[in-house]
Amino acid sequence: MSANDAGTPIIRIDHVSKWYGAFQALKDVTLDVARKERIVICGPSGSGKSTLIRCVNKLEDHQQGRIEVDGVTLDENVRNIEHVRREVGMVFQQFNLFPHLTILQNLTLAPIWVRKMPKKDAEAAAMAYLERVQIAEQAGKFPGQLSGGQQQRVAIARSLCMTPKIMLFDEPTSALDPEMIKEVLEVMVGLARDGMTMLVVTHEMGFAREIADRVVFMDRGEIVEQAPPKDFFANPKSERTRLFLSQILGH
Amino acid sequence: MTIDAAHSAPATVPIGVSGWLRANLFSSPLNAFLTLLGVGVLALIMPPLVRWGVLNAAWSGGLEACKAVQGTGACWVFIAEKYRLMLFGLYPYEEQWRPLLMMAILIVLLLASMNHAFWRPRLAAAWVAGYLAMAVLMWGGVPGLPFVETDKWGGLPLTLILTVNAIVFSFPIAIALALGRRSDLPVIRTLCILFIEVVRGVPLISVLFVASLMIPLFLPSGMDINKLLRAQIGIILFAGAYVAEVIRGGLQALPKGQLEAADSLGLGYWQKTGFIVLPQALSLVIPPMVNSFIATFKDTSLVIIIGLFDLFGSARMAANDPAWRPFYVEGLLFVALIYFVFCYSLARYSRYLEKLARRGEVR
Amino acid sequence: MQILFGLFALGGIVCALIISDRNLKGLFWEVLAISLILMLGSYLTHNTIVNLADRKIATGYGFLDRESRFEISESLISYSAASTYGRALLVGALNTLKVSIIGVVLATLIGVTIGILGLTRNWLVARLCGGYIHFLRNIPVLLHIFLWYTVITNLLPPIRQALSPVAGVYLSQRGFFFPVPVAALGWTAAVYGLILGLALAWLVARYGRLQLDKTGVPFPSGRIGIGLVLGLPFLAWLICGAPTAFSVPELKGFNFDGGTSWSPEFFAILGALATYTSAYIAENTRAGILAVSRGQIEAGRSLGLSEGVIMRQVILPQALRVIIPPTTNQYLNLTKNSSLAVAVGYPDLVSISNTTLNQTGQAIECISIIMMAYLTTSLATSALMNWYNRSIKLVDR
Repeated sequence: MSANDAGTPIIRIDHVSKWYGAFQALKDVTLDVARKERIVICGPSGSGKSTLIRCVNKLEDHQQGRIEVDGVTLDENVRNIEHVRREVGMVFQQFNLFPHLTILQNLTLAPIWVRKMPKKDAEAAAMAYLERVQIAEQAGKFPGQLSGGQQQRVAIARSLCMTPKIMLFDEPTSALDPEMIKEVLEVMVGLARDGMTMLVVTHEMGFAREIADRVVFMDRGEIVEQAPPKDFFANPKSERTRLFLSQILGH
Repeated sequence: MTIDAAHSAPATVPIGVSGWLRANLFSSPLNAFLTLLGVGVLALIMPPLVRWGVLNAAWSGGLEACKAVQGTGACWVFIAEKYRLMLFGLYPYEEQWRPLLMMAILIVLLLASMNHAFWRPRLAAAWVAGYLAMAVLMWGGVPGLPFVETDKWGGLPLTLILTVNAIVFSFPIAIALALGRRSDLPVIRTLCILFIEVVRGVPLISVLFVASLMIPLFLPSGMDINKLLRAQIGIILFAGAYVAEVIRGGLQALPKGQLEAADSLGLGYWQKTGFIVLPQALSLVIPPMVNSFIATFKDTSLVIIIGLFDLFGSARMAANDPAWRPFYVEGLLFVALIYFVFCYSLARYSRYLEKLARRGEVR
Repeated sequence: MQILFGLFALGGIVCALIISDRNLKGLFWEVLAISLILMLGSYLTHNTIVNLADRKIATGYGFLDRESRFEISESLISYSAASTYGRALLVGALNTLKVSIIGVVLATLIGVTIGILGLTRNWLVARLCGGYIHFLRNIPVLLHIFLWYTVITNLLPPIRQALSPVAGVYLSQRGFFFPVPVAALGWTAAVYGLILGLALAWLVARYGRLQLDKTGVPFPSGRIGIGLVLGLPFLAWLICGAPTAFSVPELKGFNFDGGTSWSPEFFAILGALATYTSAYIAENTRAGILAVSRGQIEAGRSLGLSEGVIMRQVILPQALRVIIPPTTNQYLNLTKNSSLAVAVGYPDLVSISNTTLNQTGQAIECISIIMMAYLTTSLATSALMNWYNRSIKLVDR
């Protein structure tokens, strides 16, 4: 079932189109992501980048085309959807921690109830991940008591507790105050160096330059250009890409 | 959303009583006029009330004392004579310690449940045990406790039984209705909307009529359920529709990101609803829910119209005694006082919960 | 029979849980829900038909054309014991409307006043208003009704010693008597004049707003409007002969002749409902005015707006947004609470349906009539409220 062959892409997005009513958010998008590959998706707002990655774990439905994750086709079959969601972790712009649970409970909820892990094991694993994002001492607190940067790091740890094969990031630092962006990016860099397959939607071009294998530029629902960061930033081929880069790198 | 209603202090610091008077009652011509108006209203109402209720009233001495003050003073002796009938209805006189004990158990359970510290599984077990104990006490039928049929239950115990059962059993119904109303499945959603809107659009009395007159028609011939149960079902369904709307407000207020995070972690529908959605949605709407429960408590007084003698009904019954009939008002006031004490305390509790909830959010 | 039902339900649930396809699963749940409800419905209907036949109760609404053979103590239209059940129910519905509409008007007037008074800095008045609200809200409506009724029938004097606070107005055990104008063309004309005046005032206001937009010069539509609303009825009354004849109640023998009266039952229900609902409206008004943040008033002042303009254009629209939805709810509650009239014998719709029900035994039909009537009112009001909410919605991103 799983894509064991190292050469097979772990995510296959094949001629995917999506409409919100009459508005077409994704226009015939094709993208393959290999194992351990790090992809940064950038583009102006409304370009469909968030929509695209949200289709990967079926938070959004696509009307045309085929999406295959870890060898499983995303369709109306709930078993397939459940499998994919177990193997794909997501980090949101608004963190979306569960405010009524402690940090530790936030992390252990899914492993206990979805992966059916015994509570002790789940808690041990959770503490290990909290150590990794350097926030272990906050385990007993509630999300409301943490700063934005701390919450986002907890959110990353929460996704990691499900030992996903792929991590999706939807503008993870856009809601953070500037001084906290660094701590979150550091965690993400650490993840990349450990070999996680990552799909990151972000405006942080420094991060892209440092860690990405490929940078994908989307505009108005289509992939306009994609290239390794060196080529992407030095020689953007499309006029739209050039315009976008000048706007975002200008300041 | 509500702005703190504390009035900002005037520019000069009020010193002493005269200073306070000046600041709060006489700070401007309009204010002075209002104060005089207020004093005027009080002067109009208080003296006759005090004269009737306290000064000229008969506090003891039996029926003759009351007849002597009839027309000028209140007859509080009526309460002293008839309080057992008003409080316990037709329940056999010697067995009235049983409903009294039942109410004590109920109130202890309620007070325990209101305290956040007690919200453990053990509390649920306590409630189940409490329910069994209360059932045995009220019905009897065991050695030592003669059987008392539900027709004889009345007074304050009946009011409390109707209210607490309504709250306990309407709650799951309300959750189901609220979730159903927000469902993607059109049939389920339509059914829930229909039920909620129909029940909320008609007066409680018609629901009680339906329950008491139509349930016997719906049951297979020969089978029947007693009047108390019918009224109870009616009140439960009525309360359920209203609480469902309150819960729906909470569900709507939940940020969509919470659902997405739960989905992305792989939680199924029931896990998501049980662990993430309901705990947050319910705690958001506790104050309006408590208000709804207060309304249910008041609504139980309607059962007199279908022939059950709750607290209010028993007071009416007490006044049926021809000798005491002129002193009906005193009985009504006694009952009003009891309702007021319960409702006001619950309202204060609701405001306390609101403050707690707001403090939780703020951090 | 019941066992089959249970097995069917169980089987359905198991199948629904097994199915993998999301859409099919949903469909299955819906089909299961519908079939369970249909099965339950047919079971209940079957039982009902059997039971009705056993008790020899007729079905259908044919009874509405039969003679009612009972009297109704007060009615807005002509009615006698020979009238049909249908007419009796109509009388009931009109009585419900009568107490609801007058109640709503009174409750609003009292409620808004108490709500605004409760916001003053005057400690005494604020406390009195708070006390009013707490005292009224924490006692059940039914108790209110009985208190009013008992006070009226026990504590008011018998008719021969009726209280008369104002000349021509009498309060007694048998009701509240007050003078009414003798029916004359002038009064009918005045009513038409009022309606015309209101319509014209509204048109003038619209015209004034257009003028303001075009030229920037304020148009005195307020003053003209008041002039129209007061002047036109007066003019109509004057033109049609300026009738001043009033029918004043006068004690003749054992009753009052002339004028009109409110029965003690009506007065009790009206008083209880109006005061009870006014307490809630007062709370809503307070909440609405407090909800407008102080910053709005400060912004208005810093723009140089006069206090009157601030109140009308800044505070009131925002306050009304918060006040009107729950207040409309309270109006509906008042209408529904009027059904309690059956407890004191005021002949409203529920009361008359109850009598009809007892006489014909046709519980289902009578209750369905009650529910239909109230449902229609509720849904119409909800629809109106939704329309109003949509039209004043603060446009959000």
